[in-house]
Amino acid sequence: MTSDIRIEESGSHQAKPLLEIRDLAITFKTGSGEVKAVKNAHLTIMPGETVAIVGESGSGKSTTALAAIGLLPTNGRVSGGQILLDGEDIANASEKRMIELRGNTIGMVPQDPMSNLNPVWKIGYQVKETLRANGKPNGPDDVAKVLAQAGLPDAHRRAKQYPHEFSGGMRQRALIAIGLSCQPRLLIADEPTSALDVTVQRQILDHLDTMTTELGTSVLLITHDLGLAAERADKVVVMYQGNVVEAGPSLELLRNPQHPYTQRLVASAPSLASRRIQVAKEQGIETDELLAPADAKTVAASDELLKIEDLTKVFKLRSGFGRSTDFTAVDNVSFSVKRGTTTAIVGESGSGKSTVAQMVLNLLTPTSGRIVFDGVDTSSLGRKELFKFRRRVQPIFQDPYGSLDPMYNIFRTIEEPLRTHNVGNAASREKKVRELLDQVALPQSMMQRFPNELSGGQRQRVAIARALALDPEVIICDEAVSALDVLVQAQVLNLLAELQSNLGLTYLFITHDLAVVRQIADHVCVMEKGKLVETGATDDVFESPQMDYTKALLNAIPGASLMLPPEVA
Amino acid sequence: MVSYILRRLLQVIPVFLGTTLLVYYMVFALPGDPIAALFGDRQPPQAVIDALREQYHLNEPFWVQYGLFLKNLFTFNLGVDFTQQPIAATLGRVFPVTAMLAIEALIIQAVFGVLFGVFAGLRKGKLFDSTVLVVSLVVIAVPTFVLGFVFQLVFGVHLAWAKPTVGANAGWTDLILPAVVLGLVSFAYVLRLTRASVIENMNADYVRTATAKGLSRPRVVLTHILRNSMIPVVTYLGANLGGLMGGAIVTEGIFNVPGVGNKLYQAVLRGEGPTVVAIVSVLVLVFVLANLLVDLLYAWLDPRIRYDH
Repeated sequence: MTSDIRIEESGSHQAKPLLEIRDLAITFKTGSGEVKAVKNAHLTIMPGETVAIVGESGSGKSTTALAAIGLLPTNGRVSGGQILLDGEDIANASEKRMIELRGNTIGMVPQDPMSNLNPVWKIGYQVKETLRANGKPNGPDDVAKVLAQAGLPDAHRRAKQYPHEFSGGMRQRALIAIGLSCQPRLLIADEPTSALDVTVQRQILDHLDTMTTELGTSVLLITHDLGLAAERADKVVVMYQGNVVEAGPSLELLRNPQHPYTQRLVASAPSLASRRIQVAKEQGIETDELLAPADAKTVAASDELLKIEDLTKVFKLRSGFGRSTDFTAVDNVSFSVKRGTTTAIVGESGSGKSTVAQMVLNLLTPTSGRIVFDGVDTSSLGRKELFKFRRRVQPIFQDPYGSLDPMYNIFRTIEEPLRTHNVGNAASREKKVRELLDQVALPQSMMQRFPNELSGGQRQRVAIARALALDPEVIICDEAVSALDVLVQAQVLNLLAELQSNLGLTYLFITHDLAVVRQIADHVCVMEKGKLVETGATDDVFESPQMDYTKALLNAIPGASLMLPPEVA
Repeated sequence: MVSYILRRLLQVIPVFLGTTLLVYYMVFALPGDPIAALFGDRQPPQAVIDALREQYHLNEPFWVQYGLFLKNLFTFNLGVDFTQQPIAATLGRVFPVTAMLAIEALIIQAVFGVLFGVFAGLRKGKLFDSTVLVVSLVVIAVPTFVLGFVFQLVFGVHLAWAKPTVGANAGWTDLILPAVVLGLVSFAYVLRLTRASVIENMNADYVRTATAKGLSRPRVVLTHILRNSMIPVVTYLGANLGGLMGGAIVTEGIFNVPGVGNKLYQAVLRGEGPTVVAIVSVLVLVFVLANLLVDLLYAWLDPRIRYDH
């Protein structure tokens, strides 16, 4: 991130920080009284510098950033401290003053490109109104220039399109164009790429880097990803439960974290501690995050439990007037999964990985090809056999908020599959539910609670307990940890590894996150546009990837190029 | 877009045939003899009855009657009703009155409903919002005929701001009171729909982004909240326009408005098939065209909806 221009600039303004946040406290008024979302935040950004705030959801990082641009939700207010912009305290500035500052002094790139552009206005108009509101020239050429600078090709034509005609990456480029269109001195980038695929993420962040360097813009980057923060920022500020717990130059902080929370964060950041959990365990490495029972890794029996042969799925896309075009979502995919092992299918959105999972679960019928489970072709199963098959193959889905019935309490959720399959009587079922809760390390007292009273990690544990209820042999995890914060993610991955060695489970893991693959999988299948492009043992694929696509995916992991912190390496 | 509009207009043909057939059959199947009803207690000479039955083809089977109706329709000869008045003239007399009434009611709903809804939504939880919510709930809860009589009594008789009944040769100003009554219930729905929609859109991410771009509050409200909030409201208003045309029977009755509702009611009572079907046919056309208009407006408001592919 450092260039000659930048050093000169920060040199000439040495004594004067652009933004200084001092002892900031932010309070939210809720139905049950006042909640302090931010208790004590402080940070300094020099001109041209990039500072990242890292923390999990609820740590107050986004709230702190929103306060700096005066966009706190209506029930929130700054209850203490100062936000100094060039020495002027804007913590409680008038709305009129904030409107003057927004856009041309402080810009923002928001998190989710899908929801941050107004669907009813053309992209060009949304750029134009920004330029106009800040008194800049706003003719069609000016708009196209702004879009072209953000890396949108054919900008004149693109400006006439609507957001829904753009891909996620293009929308994020449009939002970056809007955020930087009036050359603000400070850009607040709130998780600017967390909704995008890794390869797109890298391109966009590179472009953002180039643009802010050229313009000499200071950047306040909000992220939950420590690897990304370390790679992109000059300084990292770690927030935890509303407090800044640690701050310092990125690499220094990463290699020598002082605060216990930062230490845990570094240890569990999948992009940094990219070692297989079980391998680490075998080597006797014991950290809190890598704790697992001592018994040796179940030696994988050599039989192939699941065999996928030439699997193809073609969808018909309607193109109007009764015509349709074929779209091959999965193209001639073959691989096999050995009993007691973990196979990961990895790829970007649209690669067909979830379609494979749905066909294995027998929720979608393949167009051609076979899925052989334990020696039997699953397409030949009758109604009763299919019912039995479902008992042996269980799914865990991505969204722990959406996949649990909000009207069922935890006991009923976990008991339901037992009841459906007529297992035991009421008393034995209750005993089983209690055992399952123990297995996934949830207190038995939780049985009477409802999903909305649980945290994301707890819900995913419930989903795991539900999947385990019927003693399945295979569990298909479709992005099962993607929605979780890093620390919770590490806990759930540990739980899955532990359950595998205790129960001899076989996992098929669908994910876009290569860092997670490295932690949990024995074998990895890389998919691109419906085709299987590379397959092999995880360590081989990671150490010597054969295909360009796999290399691109690996390079795109944030922080992959950084040295590992000494105590983990 | 042009091909879409053409396709939609072609769809009018089966819809039109279907509805007229259905309505014609229902009138045909009504119990009682229309000619007997026409004469009430008097017993006309058999020759007169026979002549009338011949004139209105009442002795023919249903399909022949319906066929003759269609033939007349396409030759623009709607014939005469049982009182020997040309039906076309009747339509020409009643539809303008109801159209005026419906347009006034629509303006009351659309303009005031949206205006009040937007202000209530932007001031959610404040005094104005709470008041408007309570009042609109009362309006929705009280039946139209009660509202109608209360308004007639208060504004028509006691305060004498408007004529309590309309009568013949109604003008725009004569119809204001019935239009208010007719539009009031939908006004309350439009208000609540707009309010809910505005509240939802106020918290949308793109509204926050628009503010972050440095736009002033009025601009944010006008370009980013209002247009997006109109999408569900327009759908409701369009579906409601047909209801305003046809469903004015109660209101037209209370205020003695010589419109479609009144005429249709009388024609149904007399079993006058040709008149009922003629009125319903025009209503069907209005309804279909209003819905087409709404769909086009909808596509203009929300570019994600496109019909031409």
